[in-house]
Amino acid sequence: MDKIKELIGDEERTDLPSFKPGDRIRVHVRVIEGDKERIQPYEGDVIAVKGTGLTKSFTVRKISSGVGVERVFPFNSPKIAKVEIVREGKVRRAKLYYLRNLSGKAARIKDKNQK
Amino acid sequence: MPGLLGKKLGMTSVYTADGQVVPVTVIETGPCSVLAVRTKEKDGYDALQLGFGLKKEKHLRKPEKGFYEKVKLTPAAVLREFKNFDTAQYKVGDTISVDIFTVGDKVKVTGKSKGKGFQGVMRRHGFGGVGGTTHGQSDRLRAPGSIGSSSYPSRVFKGTRMAGRTGNQSTTIAGSKVVKVIPEKNLLLVKGAVPGSVNSIVEIKK
Repeated sequence: MDKIKELIGDEERTDLPSFKPGDRIRVHVRVIEGDKERIQPYEGDVIAVKGTGLTKSFTVRKISSGVGVERVFPFNSPKIAKVEIVREGKVRRAKLYYLRNLSGKAARIKDKNQK
Repeated sequence: MPGLLGKKLGMTSVYTADGQVVPVTVIETGPCSVLAVRTKEKDGYDALQLGFGLKKEKHLRKPEKGFYEKVKLTPAAVLREFKNFDTAQYKVGDTISVDIFTVGDKVKVTGKSKGKGFQGVMRRHGFGGVGGTTHGQSDRLRAPGSIGSSSYPSRVFKGTRMAGRTGNQSTTIAGSKVVKVIPEKNLLLVKGAVPGSVNSIVEIKK
């Protein structure tokens, strides 16, 4: 796959901070309305990072007015203006799909820096 | 509708200007040399014989050796004929490269599909299997069902779809769009999947 990346000459993004599953991040998404472009933040927990290279993507889950919402972002998408790390989480798994079956207090992720 | 030979390199994603992800197959396409020109007067049809890749000298058979000495070209690994070229424009020894394709072209890609071995009718022909698991039925879930009627015709019709060797045959994907052309590296990016494994030879026709 690395050979293909080299061949077609597309670069991976390096400007995004490194975040892990369990982190709460704020993704600034470029939204086009009519002919205007604005930036819409989307904040939630990273529950999965999939793939490598140009096809890498990550899933962000949040609870929006009581309903669980998940959005998958391609890591290299030009639609992502920037990513902020809100807090780092402490988790033991790479894929946090179990959070889908939990709600309320149980669905919280421990803070990495908290004792 | 001219065409070229190429080698499938693998798949990746590219982004459009507005941020849409497009899955693409990267194909190393050409450069192909014209090894022979078939004309209506001489051969009864118009076509170009194109060669792709390199064949080592030691792998050449004597008649091949003679042929390449005659046309004074480096031996090619794969030879195919392509119709629908304007044959008057080309002569033996010309090279045709990927720039005959432009972004947005619809192409047909032909390759040899991956072999799947001996497969049942569900996988091979998309049958639905027989019925459910209840009412005492136990082992008919993936069965083909009836393969014909009884006393007439007292035989199974030819061509009845059954289990068997699957894949490993020439397959064409029509209407694939060209997403990007990189002439410096002889690369063609086609939207979606194309038949065959990585490093297999494909024909691309416009």
